[in-house]
Amino acid sequence: MDRKAITPGELIIEGEDYLPGEGTEKRGKGIYAQKFGLVEETNKLIRIIPLSGTYQPRRGNVVIGKVENINFNGWIIDIGAPENGFLSLMEVPRYVNKDALEEVMEIGDMVVAKIWNMNKRGIDLSIKSRGFGKIDEGMIIRINPNKVPRVIGKEGSMVSLIKDETGCNITVGQNGVIWIQGDTIEKELLAKEAIMFITENCFVSGLTEEVKKWFENKK
Amino acid sequence: MTTIKRPDGRKFDELRKIEAKVGIIPNADGSAMFSFGDTIAIAAVYGPKKMHPQHMQNPEKGTLRCTYNMLSFSVTERARPGQNRRSQEIGKVTEWALSPIVLIDKYPNNVVDVHINIIQANASTRCAGINAAAMALAHAGIPMKGMVSSVSIGKLDKQLVVDLCKKEEDWEEGEGATDIPITFTNEGEITHMQLDGKITQKQLKEAIELGRKACKEIYEIQKKALKDAVDEEK
Amino acid sequence: MNSTQTTPKVTEEKIKKYLNQGKRFDGRKPEEFREIIIETGVSKNAEGSARVKIGKTDVLVGVKMDVATPYADSSNKGNISVGAELLPTSSPRVENGPPKFNSIEIARVVDRGIRESKFIDLEKLCIKEGEKVWNVYIDIYSLNDDGNVLDAAGIGAIAALKTARMPKYNEETGKVLFGEWTNEKVPLSKNMPLSITFYKIGDKIIVDPTLEEEDIIEARVTLGLTKEGVSSMQKGEKESLTIEELNGILDLSENLFSEVFKKIEKYLK
Repeated sequence: MDRKAITPGELIIEGEDYLPGEGTEKRGKGIYAQKFGLVEETNKLIRIIPLSGTYQPRRGNVVIGKVENINFNGWIIDIGAPENGFLSLMEVPRYVNKDALEEVMEIGDMVVAKIWNMNKRGIDLSIKSRGFGKIDEGMIIRINPNKVPRVIGKEGSMVSLIKDETGCNITVGQNGVIWIQGDTIEKELLAKEAIMFITENCFVSGLTEEVKKWFENKK
Repeated sequence: MTTIKRPDGRKFDELRKIEAKVGIIPNADGSAMFSFGDTIAIAAVYGPKKMHPQHMQNPEKGTLRCTYNMLSFSVTERARPGQNRRSQEIGKVTEWALSPIVLIDKYPNNVVDVHINIIQANASTRCAGINAAAMALAHAGIPMKGMVSSVSIGKLDKQLVVDLCKKEEDWEEGEGATDIPITFTNEGEITHMQLDGKITQKQLKEAIELGRKACKEIYEIQKKALKDAVDEEK
Repeated sequence: MNSTQTTPKVTEEKIKKYLNQGKRFDGRKPEEFREIIIETGVSKNAEGSARVKIGKTDVLVGVKMDVATPYADSSNKGNISVGAELLPTSSPRVENGPPKFNSIEIARVVDRGIRESKFIDLEKLCIKEGEKVWNVYIDIYSLNDDGNVLDAAGIGAIAALKTARMPKYNEETGKVLFGEWTNEKVPLSKNMPLSITFYKIGDKIIVDPTLEEEDIIEARVTLGLTKEGVSSMQKGEKESLTIEELNGILDLSENLFSEVFKKIEKYLK
């Protein structure tokens, strides 16, 4: 059952002690799929891993977005979700004068931020911690947000591998936007290619080995 | 009653050759192609995303919005490009055919846009469009209770047939043609049905049953197309 | 991926920096096209049709014909009408902006390329002078936009015309028998036109941009080219071109014409 492809409305499994997780629903004794994706079971909890679709924001996510607008007390950031994120000037590490918002970030700037709260009114962002803030240099690429877990790897192992092999700094936004910073454009493009390779071979088992081999061939 | 010979030699309950594939439009959140013989439909899904214009936003739940468009050269006599009353009606009918299974209550103020284009037409275009749209919605990761499948059932003179082609749509002998496009969920509930022509209630019940059986076959093909997309990546 | 966001500034700077070294992100040279794949006969009710893929850009073009009375000032000539639609299918930006091109411009640029090169022999499309001529309708649809829909449209139009067959026509009734075709091809000249668009980024000229590159172009020039030279030209976008830049484009255009021609000719048999 694990990693089996499933379509909406299909019965995944029957049994009293199974619990319906994300993307599923319990009807009678059975767990039914409500999304297209792969089935994953952990301790009787059944959920669907989506393969495609827009980014679904979650509290705690690191995201990379574009400043779309500035209002009187903060920046409105497009993070590729159905709702925009809002970065209040209170969530910036230093004091910002209400009249000087543009000096910190302008419309069109890219920014790395964390979703610290989500409620009916919207998505609240913060750039208070280290490593967050406006992006001044490097390269931005976009991938299918559903493939982000593969690019990051178990406990960050995949993205560390890319960092080591290319010498680049890589920040992966959960919303599928990735920031690459390297000494040279060639190194940045190598990291970009590696990431593309991973997204095109998402389901290959032993992907880490394949990526290592890929880097070897590139040398 | 003499049985009618179908112009392409099919049995009365035989579907045309079906081709179904997902992921054909890289930019879309979800996309699919579905064909009944020479009728080819492409659907692309974008969303959920903010609904524009703002005044059309529904603060209580998400909106499903479908457009249906026939390419000018999809038919033998060129169709003037752009929306007309027929395409608007089919867009609306498609929305109704899909709405019962699309779960977008948790996306207030958002819209899921479905764009259907008919590349080549040989009747049953709205059914091909609905089938492509259902696959594209699933491919886009939109939460759905299940899938829907659509087919046209026809009556040629007094004979019921499954999956009308253009020659059958234009049937003139005897009682002429009655055209019944119908859409079922995978659980067998009807989400869409239209009828043009003349038929007794008894035969209509038979037609509906034929539709249910045909849609079961179509559902298997739609499922396979989605699952094949996963295997392609493996 | 399928964002309404345009290319970010940091990436824009990288693209320009790399171009200054004569390089592009996908390894192409500035004057190099992506792979072009053409499938003809993709829409059977059309007189001719072609689906052109340049990289991930995907454009569908169809040719339909009809018979009508000619215009008074060209009573012995048939007519061409080109239409284009950027389908919302092809990009989230078609409906939600920011807008890039407008379909009318695509139609007019392709129209100009075909008309001025006299590719279609309009006089041979005359059935009876002053009374009945053939009209050729070329309709362009974008299915997926990853940059340079403009050139894909032009190539599609040529491929669709080259592989099109004339519909059957009943001389007595003066009506076209739609859905029935002869084996006759559309009367075309041997002088096949190719529309190639040159795009300016910073002070460098490239061809066939990806969407990422197309977002940051400052000016563009579409040349309608044939073996014999230039038959049409259109400059677009906000910035200006120097004479040197234009001359550079003209120099590039001859080789580019042959190269792109070579890439597509196998599909046009």
